[in-house]
Amino acid sequence: MSLHAMAPAGHDDHAAYTAVFTGARRTELDELLTHYPTKMAALLPALWMLQEDRGWVSPEGMDEVARVLDLTPAYVKGVVTFYTMYHQHPVGTHFIQVCTTTPCNVCGAEDVVSTFLKETKCGELGVTSADGKYTVVEVECLGACGFATPVMVNDALVECVGVDTVKDLLAGLD
Amino acid sequence: MGYPHPSHARETPVISKHFGESEARTLSGWQARGGYETLRQALATDPVEVQNVVKDSGLRGRGGAGFPTGVKWSFMKPDGKTHYLCINADESEPGTFKDREIMRWTPHQLLEGTAIAAHAIYAETAYIYIRGEYTEPIARMREAVRDAYAAGILGANAMGSGKRVDVHVHKGAGAYICGEETALMNSLEGRRGNPRIKPPFPAVAGLFAQPTTINNVETVCAATHVLKHGADWYKSLSSPTNPKSTGTKLFSVCGNVARPGNYEVGMGFSMKEFLWDVCGGPPAGRTFKAIIPGGSSVPILTPEECEGAVMDYEGIQAAGSLLGSGGVICFDDTQDMVRQIARLARFYAHESCAQCTQCREGTAWTTRILERIRDGEGTMKDLDTLLEIADNMTGKTICVLSDSCATPVVSGLKKFRHEFEAKIPKNRSSVMIPSLSTAAA
Repeated sequence: MSLHAMAPAGHDDHAAYTAVFTGARRTELDELLTHYPTKMAALLPALWMLQEDRGWVSPEGMDEVARVLDLTPAYVKGVVTFYTMYHQHPVGTHFIQVCTTTPCNVCGAEDVVSTFLKETKCGELGVTSADGKYTVVEVECLGACGFATPVMVNDALVECVGVDTVKDLLAGLD
Repeated sequence: MGYPHPSHARETPVISKHFGESEARTLSGWQARGGYETLRQALATDPVEVQNVVKDSGLRGRGGAGFPTGVKWSFMKPDGKTHYLCINADESEPGTFKDREIMRWTPHQLLEGTAIAAHAIYAETAYIYIRGEYTEPIARMREAVRDAYAAGILGANAMGSGKRVDVHVHKGAGAYICGEETALMNSLEGRRGNPRIKPPFPAVAGLFAQPTTINNVETVCAATHVLKHGADWYKSLSSPTNPKSTGTKLFSVCGNVARPGNYEVGMGFSMKEFLWDVCGGPPAGRTFKAIIPGGSSVPILTPEECEGAVMDYEGIQAAGSLLGSGGVICFDDTQDMVRQIARLARFYAHESCAQCTQCREGTAWTTRILERIRDGEGTMKDLDTLLEIADNMTGKTICVLSDSCATPVVSGLKKFRHEFEAKIPKNRSSVMIPSLSTAAA
C-alpha cells in the first residue's frame, strides 16, 4: 500500500485539488527526468513548476509532487521548508523582495523597504495588502550589490531603486 | 570591463571583454567573436593535455578557495565510472555579482567553458546550478543551451567530435549555503542543502555518489582563455613578481563608492590605485572607513591596510584579509560599523543550515548580542562574549559558514572597538546579577 493511500477515511481535503502534472506539464516533467539519474533530483524543478502554475506551494501540491516523484509528503515538505523561495502560503499579486544585506544597507536599503511598506499600505513585512495586490519582504543578498538597491518584483529584477523611485515603480505594475 | 561603466584604461578585459554587447549573447554573435573554436580544439585533445595546460597557467579557483584548477581536474581519472561536472553559479556571497554579468552578457562563454571542463574531467554530463533569484541569467543560460543543442555543439556528438557532452541548467530555490560545494550537490539531488562531511571528497564521491568536479563560473571561463591563448600568455597578464596568482580577476565593487560595478584587472594590481583610480574612490565629499576585499566572509580592512596591498591571493592575505570571491564592499565615514556588522551577522544567522550546533546557536547569539549593542543595550562583557562565541564558531563545523560569521565580528571588534564601546552605556559596563542565595542573604 502506498503512503498516499493511508489517509483516514472521509479525509477529502484533496477533493478540490486539480493536478498540476497532467498534459504539457507532465510531458515537461518526463523530459526533465531524463536529465538526472534519480527521480528525487527533479524535486526542486517540480516544485518550481507547481509554484509557477499555482502561485504557491500548497500542502496538496506537495502531496502531488511527492506522488509523481515517488517520495513521501513529509520528505517533500522537509525540502520545501529549507528553501526561502517556495511560498508556503499565498502571496500578493506583486511579490516584492527588497535586498537589505550589508552592501545595499550601506546605500540606504532600509529606507527603501519602509517606503515600500508605506506606499503599498502593507504596513508590515510579509503581510499582504488588504487589496491582495502586494506583499513586501526583506531578502538576503540578491547578488546585484553594485546596483543598490535591487528589488525583485515576482520574477523581474529592478536595479537601483531609491526612496524617490518606489512610487513610479509601483505605478508601473498596475 | 567595468560594467555598467565603460572599460577603464587600467583594466585587462578578458572574461568581461564583451559585457554590455547584446550581440555577444547570441550563438551567432558569440561565434563571430571566435566562440566555440577553443571547445572544438579541446575536444580533439587528450584530457590530460588539457589539464596540463591549465596546470601550467597557474589558474586557481575563482569561487573563493583558490584551489589550482588544473590540479583539481587531474584528480579525475578515466576509471570507467560516470563522472559529473557541477558549475557553481549559486553566487550569493554579499558583495559579489560577477558571475551574474558573465551569464547575462556572455552565456555562451560559460557554456563553452563548461563543455571544455567536462571533457577535461572525463564527464559527459554537466549541471549549471544557478541561484533561483537570478531569473535573467537563468533565462539567458537556458536559451544558450537550447541554441547550442540545436547547432550540434552539445549532445551525443558534440561538434562532431564523437564525444557526448550534455549540459543542464538547474535552478536553485533560495539558500546561500548551496554555494558550498557539497550543499550544492545535495540540493541538486533534491535534498535540503546541508553541507556534507568530507571525506569523501567530491572527486571520489560527489554528485549522485559519483566522482565529481565542481568549478566556479569565472574559473571555467578563464580556463577557456588559457586554452585559447596558452599558459604563458595567461601568466603574462598578471604581475610577474608573484607566480602563485596568475591571470586576471573580476572584482565586483559595491557599497559607498563612486563607480560601483565589475572590473577586471591583472592579479597583483595595486589596491590603492584600484579603489581610488579605477573605481573613483569614495562618494564625493566622503572618505573610506573600511573595505571588505573578498566578499562578506573575509576580514574587514582599514583604508590604511588597503593602501599598500596588491590584489592577488597572497597580497590580500599579507594585508590581513583574503581575496575570496572578489567582492569589494566599501564603507564610508558616515557608516556605523556596529550596525553594519550586526546586519552581516543577521545574514549568516538567516542562512545557517542549522546542522552544526556551533553555527546554528553561534550565528543567532552573535546577532542578538550585536543588535543589543547597536541599540544601546549592551555591556562591556558582551564584547568578550562575542569573541568567545567567535572562537567556538571557528574551525569547528562541517562547512565554513560559521567561520564566515565570526570573521567580520572578530576583525570588526579589533579595528573598530571604539565604535562598539561608544554604544555601551557607562553604567552598564559591569552588570553583575547576584545569585538568588546571595540576594536572599
